[in-house]
Amino acid sequence: MNRRNFIQRTAALCSSIIATTSTPLFAAGWKEGARLPDLGSFGLEGTLPKLAGKVVYLDFWASWCAPCKASFPVINRWHQELGPRGFVVLGVNIDETQADMQTFLKKNVVQFPVVRDAAHKLVAAADVSTMPSSFMIDRQGVIRHAHSGFHAKEEPKLLAQLNALLG
Amino acid sequence: MKTLRFFLCLSALSAFSSCTHVKPWERGHLADYLMIPGRDPLTDSISEHVWFTREAFAGGRGVGGGGCGCN
Repeated sequence: MNRRNFIQRTAALCSSIIATTSTPLFAAGWKEGARLPDLGSFGLEGTLPKLAGKVVYLDFWASWCAPCKASFPVINRWHQELGPRGFVVLGVNIDETQADMQTFLKKNVVQFPVVRDAAHKLVAAADVSTMPSSFMIDRQGVIRHAHSGFHAKEEPKLLAQLNALLG
Repeated sequence: MKTLRFFLCLSALSAFSSCTHVKPWERGHLADYLMIPGRDPLTDSISEHVWFTREAFAGGRGVGGGGCGCN
């Protein structure tokens, strides 16, 4: 191997190291219009509800996230009111330990199904920009709306989007 | 050749950097109560007094640190 070859190969090696260790400039993430991946392949803890043919509100939350806590009464209400029309809420917890999640759920009762993304595979695939983050999925399994954060004043807008998806 | 060497050095330095981005879902520890810089006003005022008497300056404690970065 001559000197030039050696330098080129070293440069390529360094570039690959950087590419694998640094944050990508353009995150993959879930985009509106994309299909929701098969949630069964992410090793989630808990029982997944039947999502086929239903409008889904998928909510990433954590026990340490105050806006997540603030969103729960609203989401509980949606779950109750819109449930009979084919609406299902799926809460995806991303706490580091199950104990953190359980402690939170004892204090804050949720009426919708909750699973835990212990390995953070699902949330990494979604590549959310903040907590909480939610996705509205239509009956065909297509992500129609993506939301970052939760603000109580946006409830009417979110509800209108859900009603439009429910038809 | 010099340019190649420059980029080679730059790549090596970047690769060994210890900086990393904390993802939004990894901020549980940063959101902990203990990570709040001003969680104890009494301790803050005592520290402030020590800094003032020893270093002859005060203030500058309003810098943000932890937090969950929510919303």
